[in-house]
Amino acid sequence: MLLEVDVAKKIGNFSFQAAFDLAGKKWGIFGPSGSGKSTLMHILAGLLTPDRGRITLDGVCLFDSKKKINLPPQQRRVGVVFQHAHLFPHMNVRRNLLYGWQRTPRAERQISPEAIIAALNLEHLLERGVDRLSGGERQRLALGRTVLSCPRLILMDEPLTGLDQELKFQIIPYLTKVLAQFDIPFLFISHSLEEIRLMTDEVLLFGQGRLEQRLTAEELARRDLVAGGRGYANLLHLSSPRPHGDLWSYRWGAAELILVEPGGKGDNLFELGAKDVTLFKRHPEATSARNLLPCRVSDLFGEGNRMGVDLLVKGSHLVSQIVPESVRELDLKKGSEVVAVIKASAFRRLY
Amino acid sequence: MMLTLAPQDIEAIVLSLKVATASTLLSLPAGLGVAYVLAFTRFPGRALLEGLVNLPLVLPPVVVGYLLLLLFGQFGALGRLLSFWDLRIIFTLKGAVIASSVVGFPLLVRAIRIGMEGIDEHYLQAARTLGARWWDSIYTIILPLSGRAIVAGMTLMFARSLGEFGATIILAGNIPGVTQTIPLAIYEYTNTPGGDRMALSLCLVSIGLSLIVLLISEASVRSFRKR
Repeated sequence: MLLEVDVAKKIGNFSFQAAFDLAGKKWGIFGPSGSGKSTLMHILAGLLTPDRGRITLDGVCLFDSKKKINLPPQQRRVGVVFQHAHLFPHMNVRRNLLYGWQRTPRAERQISPEAIIAALNLEHLLERGVDRLSGGERQRLALGRTVLSCPRLILMDEPLTGLDQELKFQIIPYLTKVLAQFDIPFLFISHSLEEIRLMTDEVLLFGQGRLEQRLTAEELARRDLVAGGRGYANLLHLSSPRPHGDLWSYRWGAAELILVEPGGKGDNLFELGAKDVTLFKRHPEATSARNLLPCRVSDLFGEGNRMGVDLLVKGSHLVSQIVPESVRELDLKKGSEVVAVIKASAFRRLY
Repeated sequence: MMLTLAPQDIEAIVLSLKVATASTLLSLPAGLGVAYVLAFTRFPGRALLEGLVNLPLVLPPVVVGYLLLLLFGQFGALGRLLSFWDLRIIFTLKGAVIASSVVGFPLLVRAIRIGMEGIDEHYLQAARTLGARWWDSIYTIILPLSGRAIVAGMTLMFARSLGEFGATIILAGNIPGVTQTIPLAIYEYTNTPGGDRMALSLCLVSIGLSLIVLLISEASVRSFRKR
C-alpha cells in the first residue's frame, strides 16, 4: 500500500494539517483526544472534505482540490471500523455482514463470506438480531462487515475503546489474525499505547491537529519509559506451556521462562513491566526469583533518573528499567554481560 | 338508543374512508420526499419550503379551501389548465381528496421528518463507506429506520382527513353521495330540525373509526419495534 496525503482543514477554531507518505501495512495513528486523529480518519474515508490538498492511494487519486477531484466514500474502497460499531439495528447479523459484500463488484470480491464467518467465529450468531450481541461480538461483526467489502485500506477508529480489558484482549487476536490472513493494510487509530504496540509496527504521532513525529511502535513505548507515565512494559510471546512442579515453563524464543500462570496451547502474550526485571553483575548464589537469565546489554537509553537497558537474551530483546546510580555501580555499557532476574509472578497474561 | 344509519349515512362513511385513504396514499411519496429534503439537506430556500409545507397547519381550513377554490376554479390558473383535458376538481370527489391532502400534508411530513432526524448519522456514514450510493442508503437505511414515524404520520393524516370539514365544504361542496363525508353529513343533520339523533349516530361512527385507526397504528408501530 502506498498512501500519499497532503491536506488542510479548518473546523471552527480547530485547524488540521498533515502531509505524509505511508508504505507498509500496519500503521498506527496515535495522539490524545483533540489531536486530529478522527479528523484524519474522516478525511481519508471521504466523510469530511478537506479545504485543500491531495490524497492518493496506490496511485488512485481520492481527492485533489486543484483538479476538483473528490471521490465519494462509496467509490474510495476505504473501509472503516467505527468505535461504536454502528451495526444497522434493523438487520440481523447475516444482513449486516453481507451489506458491503453485496455492494462490491463481483470482480473485486477477493474474500468469501464463509472464510470471514469462520475466521471471526460468527457462524452461530448469523440469524441473531444485533441488539442481542455482546460488545465483543459487535466489534467482530463490524470488522467482518468492513473486511467483506474488500477495501484497499481499512481505517480503525478506536475500535477497542470502551471495551473492558479482558474483552479487548479477546478481540485483538481476531483483529490481527483476520487482517494478516486477508492481507489488508490498515491504519489503527488509538490513544492507547498498549493497543498501538499490539496492533501496529509504525506510528504517526499527532498533537493539536499536526503530525508531530513518525516512529516505530517500539520507539513510542521507549519514549514513554523516559517521559514517565505508566512505564515500559515488555510484551512477550510465549509458547508451549509445560508443568514445572507447581509452576509453568514456557518457551520464549530460544530461552525458557518459569511463570505462575498457566496458558493456552498456541501463542500466549504476556506483559512484563520493565521495573520487574532486576539486573545482577554475576549469577546470584540463591534467590527467590525463578528466572535467572544470562544476557548481554545491547543498548542503553533514557535520561534523568530513568534509564532503560535493552538486553539480548538468546536472540530475544528484553528491557529493564533501572536508575543511573545502578548503571554506574554495575558499570553497564554496550556489550556488558549481566544476569536478569525475574520473579515467576511478575508476568501478566494478556491473551 | 339504537344506532340507526340511513343509506345516505352509509354513503357518507364510505366516501370518508375513500377520501382519507386516497389522500393519505397519494400524499405519501411527496411527504417522504419533502421530509427527506427537510431532514437531510441544507440549501437556500429551505426555510421557505418548510414554511409553505407547514402553512396549512396554522391557516384556518376555510382559508385553505378558498385558496384552493381560487386555484382550481373556472378562472383559476390550474382550473383552466385542467379544463383543457376536461378535468373538473371543484364539487367533485377529487376536490375532497385534494382538500384533505393539502390540510393533512404538514402532519404527515412533520411526523416522518422527526423520525428521519432521529436516525443516527453514523449509520449513513457506515453505509456509504460500505459502498452504498445515496439512493441505496435511502432504501436500505433511512426508510426502514423511519418505518414507525411513517406509520405515525400516515395515521395522523388519515385521521385528520376523516375529520376534514372547512376546506372540503368550500372546494368540494356538500353533495350527498358525491362529496358528503361524515363531518359534512353531521353538519347537515344539525341544521335539519329533528336531525339530532341521526347526527349522534354518525358521531358514534366517527368515534369508532378513529379508535380503530389508533389501534391499527399502535399495532403496526409495535410490530416495527419488534424487528
